[in-house]
Amino acid sequence: MSPTYSEESRELAFQEAIDSDRTVEPRDWMPERYRSTMIRQIAQHAHSEIIGMQPEGNWITRAPSLRRKAILLAKVQDEAGHGLYLYAAAETLGVERRELTDLLIAGRQKYSSIFNYPTLTWADVGAIGWLVDGAAITNQLALTKTSYGPYARAMVRICREESFHQRQGFELLAELSRGTKAQHEMAQDAVNRWWWPSLMMFGPPDTESPNTAQSMAWKIKRVSNDDLRQRFVDMTVPQAQALRLELPDPDLRWNEARGHFDFGPIDWEEFRQVVGGHGPCNQQRISVRRAADEEGAWVREAARAWEGRQQSRTSAA
Amino acid sequence: MTAGVAGLSALDLHEVALALGDDCLVLSHRLAEWTTHAPELEEEVALANLALDLLGQARSLLSLAGEAEGRGRDEDQLAYWRDDRDFRNLLLVEQPNGDFAVTMTRQLLFSAYQELLYDRISSGTEPRLAAIAAKGVMEARYHLEHARLWVQRLGGGTEESHSRMRRALDLLWPYTKELFEPTEAWGRAADLGALPPLASIEGPWRKTIQSQLESSHLEIPEFSAWQSGGRRGSHSEHLGHLLAEMQHLHRSHPNATW
Repeated sequence: MSPTYSEESRELAFQEAIDSDRTVEPRDWMPERYRSTMIRQIAQHAHSEIIGMQPEGNWITRAPSLRRKAILLAKVQDEAGHGLYLYAAAETLGVERRELTDLLIAGRQKYSSIFNYPTLTWADVGAIGWLVDGAAITNQLALTKTSYGPYARAMVRICREESFHQRQGFELLAELSRGTKAQHEMAQDAVNRWWWPSLMMFGPPDTESPNTAQSMAWKIKRVSNDDLRQRFVDMTVPQAQALRLELPDPDLRWNEARGHFDFGPIDWEEFRQVVGGHGPCNQQRISVRRAADEEGAWVREAARAWEGRQQSRTSAA
Repeated sequence: MTAGVAGLSALDLHEVALALGDDCLVLSHRLAEWTTHAPELEEEVALANLALDLLGQARSLLSLAGEAEGRGRDEDQLAYWRDDRDFRNLLLVEQPNGDFAVTMTRQLLFSAYQELLYDRISSGTEPRLAAIAAKGVMEARYHLEHARLWVQRLGGGTEESHSRMRRALDLLWPYTKELFEPTEAWGRAADLGALPPLASIEGPWRKTIQSQLESSHLEIPEFSAWQSGGRRGSHSEHLGHLLAEMQHLHRSHPNATW
């Protein structure tokens, strides 16, 4: 683009391109705020994949059948893959994975707060698959049309795998729900604990969501928090009935006039506490990530040293 | 179940499938313990791959062991309802992960063995074992390659990584003699051509390890107080803890399906 363009006219041209539904690609000019918003969002998503491995990974060694163990191990591996894929998408915006990891460990970038809840029983693995992945898909389907090209394309692939995970979670819970009394209770208890945090995954209500307006204008976000939350509730209630599990909300009922399910008030104070670092597992999640990073430092250093020596040998030859 | 095509008794087939399957199950568990602790995200993916491959092999082998036995035990009953005295895996695979050097050394020593073993079993006379080995050998080759690359990087990387590699070798070498000690069932299966005689793969294994270590600036430790007994159900203290973790949930709900 010609340097004679003022910043303002560039922004106008950028907005016009967005308005005509053109995707933004890594080499395109973009406002700094768009770039930093995008970095923040993609990094947060990547961190969520990586931190999200912890609550489910917690059950790999204890999975109650070899088949379930294989499914869970493959799922957690997919999450590592998604993390890598998303960090690569963030790197197209001029940051490095290393910087983002440091920001995560320093607590200066966030990840989805849902992973600050503990997985207490095997049924939690099912509840995460069904509810948490279900909520994530609802969010991510909207993001397949987000304006930043590399992120949108990453979402297409990730959504495909996430739907698979969600079906597996549903199937796991179905098996428990129709199993022994203890298994059914385990499933119900997990749903009781994961339902409300899942609804919080869509973020604060639209009236209190500070970034929504600009993100909508830039088409980073295509559907508002409250609309996505409603979509998720509408999709999930019939699934709970099929599972013969109760959702822990006495106000949950079909509203004929709205054509949607009504649901009770969300405890936003709990949300603020967990986002603010005071959830049950915030410290644990970060310290596990930090320990892995620190304990792996000598390995990465050895690999770099070896690589360096190979290269100098090649160039000397 | 009746005797196999090769004339291998059902009980012997059960025994050897169990031994091979337990190696995979226990090592898979150890590798899965790395989840969320790996030194690099790429390595999270790779270690999970290894664990998944081995878990798949374990399932096939334990299912075969259960069929051969003919008492209606499936893969889960064999995995979850035996105590450590009934496990037949090598001591090597139950050794704790230690640092990344220990894990990769263990993988090198085991995958080099498994690759040779599967290669020979795949052309052996027991068709069901041969089929499992034919698929497994491809995976073992990939595992060996992965371990080789890391042993090379760590052996020739920094002073620290080199000394960690030496410590790992000293730690694990005592468990390597057991790899080549046949049980009675193994001996009979080898006589019938279903399995290779272990003595026949010891030389090639040692050669692979030796050349790998040399190219990684490492060497085979000189003296070792050999440890063995895994194939007879005499394990290290570590296995009991591993099984306690693996089995507790399944055993807490004896009549449940999952």
